[in-house]
Amino acid sequence: MDTQTLSFLFIGLSFALYIGIAVWARAGSTKDFYVAGGGVHPALNGMATAADWMSAASFISMAGIISFMGRDGAVYLMGWTGGYVLLALLLAPYLRKFGQFTVPDFIGERYYSKTARVVAVICLIFVSFTYVAGQMRGVGIVFSRFLEVDVTMGVLIGMGVVFVYAVLGGMKGITYTQVAQYCVLIFAFLVPAIFISILMTGNPVPQVGFGSTLSDGSGLYLLDKLDAVLVDLGFSPYTNGNKATIDVFAITLALMVGTAGLPHVIVRFFTVPKVSDARLSAGYALVFIAILYTTAPAVAAFARANFVETVHGTAYTEMPNWFRNWEDTDLIAWQDKNGDGIIQYHNGAALVGVKPQFSGGRGDHGERLVENGPSANPNEVYVDRDIMVLANPEIANLPGWVIALVAAGGVAAALSTAAGLLLVISAAVSHDLLRKTFMPGLSDRQELWYARGAAAVAVTIAGIAGIYPPDFVAAVVAFAFGLAAASFFPVILMGIFYKRMNKEGAIAGMVTGLVFTSSYIVYFKLIAPKLNSSAHWLFGISPEGIGTIGMLLNFAVALAVCRYTPAPPVAVQDLVDDIRIPSGAGIAHTH
Amino acid sequence: MTDTGGEGRHVSSDTNTSNLSASDVYHHQDAANAVAASGHEADVVDETIARAYWRANLKLLGKLLTVWFLVSYGAGILLANWLDQFHLFGFKLGFWFAQQGAIYTFVALIFIYVWQMKKIEHRLGIDDDDAPSAPVAPAQDQGEG
Repeated sequence: MDTQTLSFLFIGLSFALYIGIAVWARAGSTKDFYVAGGGVHPALNGMATAADWMSAASFISMAGIISFMGRDGAVYLMGWTGGYVLLALLLAPYLRKFGQFTVPDFIGERYYSKTARVVAVICLIFVSFTYVAGQMRGVGIVFSRFLEVDVTMGVLIGMGVVFVYAVLGGMKGITYTQVAQYCVLIFAFLVPAIFISILMTGNPVPQVGFGSTLSDGSGLYLLDKLDAVLVDLGFSPYTNGNKATIDVFAITLALMVGTAGLPHVIVRFFTVPKVSDARLSAGYALVFIAILYTTAPAVAAFARANFVETVHGTAYTEMPNWFRNWEDTDLIAWQDKNGDGIIQYHNGAALVGVKPQFSGGRGDHGERLVENGPSANPNEVYVDRDIMVLANPEIANLPGWVIALVAAGGVAAALSTAAGLLLVISAAVSHDLLRKTFMPGLSDRQELWYARGAAAVAVTIAGIAGIYPPDFVAAVVAFAFGLAAASFFPVILMGIFYKRMNKEGAIAGMVTGLVFTSSYIVYFKLIAPKLNSSAHWLFGISPEGIGTIGMLLNFAVALAVCRYTPAPPVAVQDLVDDIRIPSGAGIAHTH
Repeated sequence: MTDTGGEGRHVSSDTNTSNLSASDVYHHQDAANAVAASGHEADVVDETIARAYWRANLKLLGKLLTVWFLVSYGAGILLANWLDQFHLFGFKLGFWFAQQGAIYTFVALIFIYVWQMKKIEHRLGIDDDDAPSAPVAPAQDQGEG
């Protein structure tokens, strides 16, 4: 069977599995729909959390980005794992003890205010939609490249599958589907990594392999060789940092704190039976996540080394098929600047302009011609970072079934995250906006139908965003983390650890963090992208890292306002005492 | 699963009477599971124990978060260039902390926290282990829908 048939087969089988699980685990009550009945085993919840967390970006894009960033890629590796420490130590157990359905629930009750609840819902919807549109685009990329179906068709199929198990099964269906999706995606990520590690270094463990010597007989360490080759081509060494230290610091912190504040991650810890399970479950989640996150930097180094070796100095007509396949999807372009028919790969942008504009014609060697003017440097290759993971098995000449597996893994990663996000959106609308704010008379059964309806609407909007990706989506991914860091994390943390924090402080803090962070990102990403360089940044911190400052502002404003406004009611202070204790109905008070 | 108790839900009723009916529905729903889920719904924890527990918790948090900061922001970022003069097999040490070591430490930190908190809770007699709250397998819930 050829690779395409195998891809159809693998993706088809995995879809059948997901839908089967959804029918088996359909939701019967709002408690099932929002928190899977609150009875999920911590290890299974950890696995589901890992699938929920690891999106198309983690699976498809991250290793690619790292392979071009070198050591600085650690901002994503540490940023997207370190947040789980904050989550397990500072948030998850207490939110589990609180025991409601959504993040705005906690904020609304702890700060005894509908305003706080509605502000939280607005943040949540904004953060989640930004994130979900990217997932649908990931599904589209996989479908268009591996199944050669139209991107629109791919997104529609993906929407259909998510619709079935998110709308039908709610959190319960999603949880058990995500367990299956985790297995698919981690297997798909590890198999090619192990293969390539054996091929290049003889060591089957990628985490060790990329620190080992090459098996080509040179006796050189892989990373030393990679550094040397890149320096020859005019790049800086792979293992050196290039970004300013303060920016690396700020981005890592914003991503960590943002991770801990993302509603679709937090809500997963509402599904386990006990407080101690919430802590344990966060530990399991990080183990399952770390398996991928420690493999990704190995894949990144392997991919970069392979790519350079295969591409540089090879005649276009001699290139393996994958090069032309990816050229056909617009993600690779080659412009024969010196007319020798041989591909030269160097540091610097090959083309003038951000993306290649293909003219439709073919050059002397059969390459697709681009309309962009040649840039001044000798580099002839444009390559989109997103292809590195997907193309890696092909670049390393692995068998067709491995490539098909990677396609199924990419789809699993995208769908599991999309479903988790859609659920928190629907819960925020049906539970927080309708039942708790605007339509308090709803019965449990009615609320369940509104939740299903909201999930259906959210799937549709996400799908439309995937088919017609707004240009700004890629530019505002920083939003999701920045806003979560600047809005949710500080108010939840103070809600647990600072009993005196009142609604005036919390609302003022949230609004300040939100307004500051979003204006900074909008200014540099959308209004004045030309000024987006370290010379113009505040303290040299990029829009990706500005959530850190937003968070600090949130804390400062909240603490200041809280000092001059009345303390929260006794009932709320008792609530804080109660969530701090893992067992029992609460602590004794003398009233 | 109902060891969360009802206190949290009553808060909204104090400020927002329209929520009364909503909270009541949850109670009814939870009540069905309450017998199986919680052995000590009526327990209350002594205030001095609660205070001792919270102090022990904060102390532990301080230690673990210090390590968390040192491996990631310390070894992986601020000291990475200096650490790069040392090697761990084919890795420069700063590079290894940034792309591998910090992540392994994060995993260890969470499990140490889980283990230490169990110990503290056991010592003070406030662990939630005795509640026979067996996970509900989805198959058992089929009848509800």
